[in-house]
This record gives sequence, structure tokens and C-alpha cells, in this order.
Amino acid sequence: MENILMTVVYALVSLFIITNYGLLLNGVVRKIVARVHGRFGPPVWQPYLDIIATYSKRTAVSHGVMFLLGPVFRLAGGIGTYLFIPAVFGSALFSNFSFSGDLLLVMYFVFFGQLGMALGAGEGGHPYSAIGVGRGLSQMTAFEFPFSLSVIALAVQHHTLSITEIVAAQQGGIANWTLLTNPFAAAAGIIALLGMNMHSPFDIVIAPQEIPIGPPVEMHSGLLGMLQTNRAVFTAAKLVLFMNLYLGGAANIPAMIAKTFALYMVSVVIGVSFPRFRTEQSIRFFLKVPLVLAILSVIYVTLL
Amino acid sequence: MKKKDRSRREFLENAGLSDPEKELFCNAKPRPSKTLGKYMEGFLNWSRANSLWILGYGTGCGAIELRPLMTARYDMFRYGIAPRPTPRQSTVFIIGGYASVKTLKRIVRSYEQMQDPKFVMGLGSCTINGGMYWDSYNTINRLDHYIPVDVYITGCMPRPESIIAGFEELKNRIRKGYTQGANQYINNFDWYKRNQKQIIKDWNMPDYNW
Amino acid sequence: MKTVLKELKKTFSIDSVLQQKDRTWFITVQREHAVPLLNHLQSIQGFTHLSLLTAVDRIEDNRFELAYILFNHYEKVTLGVNVLIDRDNPVMDSVHHLWRHAATHQRELNEMFGISFPQSPRNSESFILEGWDSMPPMRRDFDTKEYAEDRFFPRPGRTTNDPASFMKDKLYPEGE
Repeated sequence: MENILMTVVYALVSLFIITNYGLLLNGVVRKIVARVHGRFGPPVWQPYLDIIATYSKRTAVSHGVMFLLGPVFRLAGGIGTYLFIPAVFGSALFSNFSFSGDLLLVMYFVFFGQLGMALGAGEGGHPYSAIGVGRGLSQMTAFEFPFSLSVIALAVQHHTLSITEIVAAQQGGIANWTLLTNPFAAAAGIIALLGMNMHSPFDIVIAPQEIPIGPPVEMHSGLLGMLQTNRAVFTAAKLVLFMNLYLGGAANIPAMIAKTFALYMVSVVIGVSFPRFRTEQSIRFFLKVPLVLAILSVIYVTLL
Repeated sequence: MKKKDRSRREFLENAGLSDPEKELFCNAKPRPSKTLGKYMEGFLNWSRANSLWILGYGTGCGAIELRPLMTARYDMFRYGIAPRPTPRQSTVFIIGGYASVKTLKRIVRSYEQMQDPKFVMGLGSCTINGGMYWDSYNTINRLDHYIPVDVYITGCMPRPESIIAGFEELKNRIRKGYTQGANQYINNFDWYKRNQKQIIKDWNMPDYNW
Repeated sequence: MKTVLKELKKTFSIDSVLQQKDRTWFITVQREHAVPLLNHLQSIQGFTHLSLLTAVDRIEDNRFELAYILFNHYEKVTLGVNVLIDRDNPVMDSVHHLWRHAATHQRELNEMFGISFPQSPRNSESFILEGWDSMPPMRRDFDTKEYAEDRFFPRPGRTTNDPASFMKDKLYPEGE
């Protein structure tokens, strides 16, 4: 009983830390993008102010029960994704609820949030939500191909589906990271990460100038606040997952922050440099080179 | 625990809609909202002032002065101001310049879809007293007879520096606690509706656009 | 151009010819011959572009004067065809079978002046004034200032700095 209580307290603490990390990461990225544009940009604590202002709205309009549940599913998906990933290797505080086989569960949670959001957005009745949902789900299906093949390659390589054991197999220096022991899987996975983060060139789902914001177009007040909180947690959770799979995990918090920040910068640098793909172009992109890399990684691992 | 206010809700008649359409729209009359205690509201007002989301609807000729604000030279993002595409998510509605009768109908529709607390800024002299189109048969003279206005910015059109000064004024007002624009609209609902219906003749939308 | 107009004078009843600039001509034609003349100009004489279709309110003669501005891309000549129609019952034949965009111009004339073109598609729909219930606003006997002061709510205390009234007050303060 006490064990469960301590685990729950530890999970809440680590969730709190990762939420703050995600919000500050968002603020820092906005600052970097602004500097690239040649201007100053909002302060790094701006996401906190946005969330407080959104939650402090006094009225809200409901379109039915499913509409109110959509953001709940999304936030549940985000928190669920994080709580099954061990953030710091070897630390009881940050190992969350990881268990053997949790890799598949985490991949499911990544997809689950978007599905719940799709149901909620459809109930809202706005035509732009439906268009955004269609684009989002088709793009997500496209990048799942290289991602899942790369995960299968890792599972075959280390004979396990537990993230903790994959991280344990990468300890002992840079030469043991998946980045260098199975570079095809790492390349396919990181390209899939570009699609997941939804920066340019894959941001047609939430394209602000085309279909206003896409799926969350009818969400407002507290519902939008939940979506904004989810964006922070979900981004950080995905980065921690990819760090564990490809960059050798982290043994302490500063290492985790440094590695996830470096991984996110890949996405951001590509984001500010390239224009946007249309949906069919992005699907074709993922089904060409990244898929070939992922298939190569599986073959490479079976030949080892 | 206080008893919930279960008094009978008033309903609007929605005369402008046809019968099959009446079932698609909500016909409840809006009710004023309450504020929280002094310190909580002060904290929330500080965060509202530093995170103003404007509705990306370029109403008139003022829209051309909003574009330089977003560029690198005048940079409104460092003040926390960001444009949002839908009235559901935005806080500030900037009426830029003259409002013709056709635009006023859309302005009313968008304003009623925004969530409380909401603020309106009037750009240019056409919103104050009609400006250079004061004797036109198609543009309105006083904006505050149709929706409540918080801050007016004079000029024809005001330069981006003036608009930033206007935003500073709006922030000071929000921090002092003048966030009751929506309640003013709801408390004087009949007067505003009468003025609007006097101008807008083809009223084929519900009386209050939820 | 002068030879062309001389030929046209024989077939259609053209009342007057005016050369305003080097390549700009204006002719006035009777109402019954207007559409056949425009047809001839478009198909045979090469005036294939209708630049503008507008109306002038000649309230002193109790007429509306329609102006069809045509342009010839081959010769680079602008020709304006003026047609006078009755002001009390302004009905005119449509030219949308010659130029499709004339339907939009005719819709605007119907709303702003009250000139109706019965064969034109969507002619009686409102163009940009939604729910307009008063006299067509471009007519000269429509007092827009009085309408604006009556319908909209003018803010009191408005002063004007327009130069005519300023100089008048300065030079003739006693009123003259």
C-alpha cells in the first residue's frame, strides 16, 4: 500500500516537473523563432500567461457531451503517454509506471489522444474541424509506418519491449547509443519525430492561415486550456521517449534536459527553414525515404 | 453552500428565423457573469492583460495597420498580443475604421460569439463620430450604440506606434479591473438590440448568436 | 475612326459625335438602336472590351444617361456610347449576351439608380446594400446627409474645418 502511495506521489511530482519543462520549452522555442525573424518575441514565460488567461474565461459554450470529453481524452492521452515512460534511468522518482511491454502501450497512447480529439472536434459541428481532423489522422497514419518499423527493429535488437531495458542496453558511452549501433532505425525514428511535432513542413494540420487552427477551432475557455496544457506535456513526453529509444536515456535531470532540447532543436531548425507540405505531399514523403530506412533497419538487425 | 440560481431562464423570440431554422439555434437570453474575489481577480486580470488575443478579422481600412504590427519592426508579440482566427478563442475585437451596415451585422455576430471577458477597441475616427464618412448612407456614426467599446484610438488610420499605445491603455484598464464589457452588453441588451435592428434591416440570424 | 463613325451614322441613328482626346470618342445614340449598335461594334468593328457600364442622373432633363465605355484592342481607341432613357420609368435592354460581366454592372445600376434590365440574370437581387428600403441612393434627389442624420446616431459636438466655410466666416463674418 505504501509502495503504491509513494509511486503515485513520485508520479505527480515528475508530471509537475515535465509540465513546467514543456511550457518553458515552448516559450524558448517561440523566442528562438522570433530571433530568427529578426524581432524580440514574447517572454519565455508567455505560455503560462496564455494558459491562465484561457482558464480564466467566465463563460463557455457546449455542443454536447462528446464535445466536452474531446479535450479530456486528449489530456488523458498526453498524461498517459508520459506516465509510462521512465524519464531518468535508475531514479525511483522519475521511473513513473514503466513495466515490461510498455513500449507498445506508449505507442498506443500517442495515437489515442488524437482520436479522442477527433471525436470531440467532430461534435463541435465546425466544418474546419472536420477538415483538420481528416488531415491530422492521415498524416499520423503516414508517419506511423517508419516509426513502428523502427521500434520493431529496436525490439528485435535488444530482445525486449520494455523501455527501461532498452535504455539499460545503451548505457556505457556514446558508442552504445542506438544512434550509432543501429543508425537506420535512429534516422527513420527521428524523421518520424518531425511529423509528430507538427512543425513545418508538416504543420498543415494546425495551419493557422489556412483552416483556422484545424481540429481545435471550436474549443474555447477551459477546453482550450486543457489542450494547451496537453501540448506541453505531450511534447515533452514524446521527446523523452525518443531520447530513451535513440539517444541512450539520461542518468540525471540536466542530461535529460540537454538531450531532449537538442532533439527538439532538430525539429525547430527544420521548422523555421522550410515551407509547408500539403497533406498528400507529406504522406508521400513518409512513404518514400523514411520507410526504406526503416525497412533497412529491420533487415540490418536480423542480419546482425 | 449557496443555493443555485434556478430562476426561470428568459427566452428570445428569434423572429428573423424561419421555423425549421428555429430548432437549430439556441434561443436563451444571456445572463451576466460574476467576478471572483479581489485578489484572485487581480491576479487573473494581470494574466489577461499580458496575454491579449485579438480576433483576426480585418473589419475596415484599419486592418492594413495591423499587419505592420506583426512584423519585425513594431513586433506586438513581445507584448503578449497574438492573433487568433476564431471569435471563440479571442479576447479583443479590433474594429478598424468605418463599419458599413453589412459589416456591422457580421461584427455583431462575431462579438456575440466571443467569450466573457471580451474587449473592443475602435480604431480611427469613423468609430468615434463617423469620421470622413459621417454623411454616408451606408456607414454608421457611433460604434458604442451597437456594441460596448473599451478604448478608442484616434487617427485616420493610427500609426502602429499609436496602436501600441492604445494596447497599453487597454492593459492598464484591464489591470484596474474594467472587464465588464460583456456584462454591460447583457444588462443593456434591449437597447443595443433596438439600435442594431434599426440599422440592420434583413435580420436573418438569431437574436443572440451563442 | 472618323470613317467608321460616318458609316455608322448611315445605319444607326447617331445623334452626336464628340472627340474628347486623341483616341477617345463619345457618341450619343437613340434608345432603340443602342443594343444593335453595341452588337455591331463588338462583333464587326473590334470593340471587344466593355470597360464600364455606368449611368449619369440628368435630373434637369428628366433622363438617365447610360454610358457604355468600349475599348478596341487592335486600334487602341476608346469609344463611349451614351443612351438617354426615361427617368420616371427606367427600363433598358440588357447586353449580358454580348459581355457576361455586364450582368454585374446592370445589377449595380438596378440597386444604385433603380434602372432595371429585365432580361439580365439575378437583376432584382440586392447587390451590396442588404435590406435597403429607401430610394436608390445614387439618384440626385436622395439627400444622403439627411438620411445619415436621421437613421444613424450622430455624435453631438462635431465641428468642421472645411476650407470653404472657414474662409467664409473669416472674410464675411457678418454673413453676406
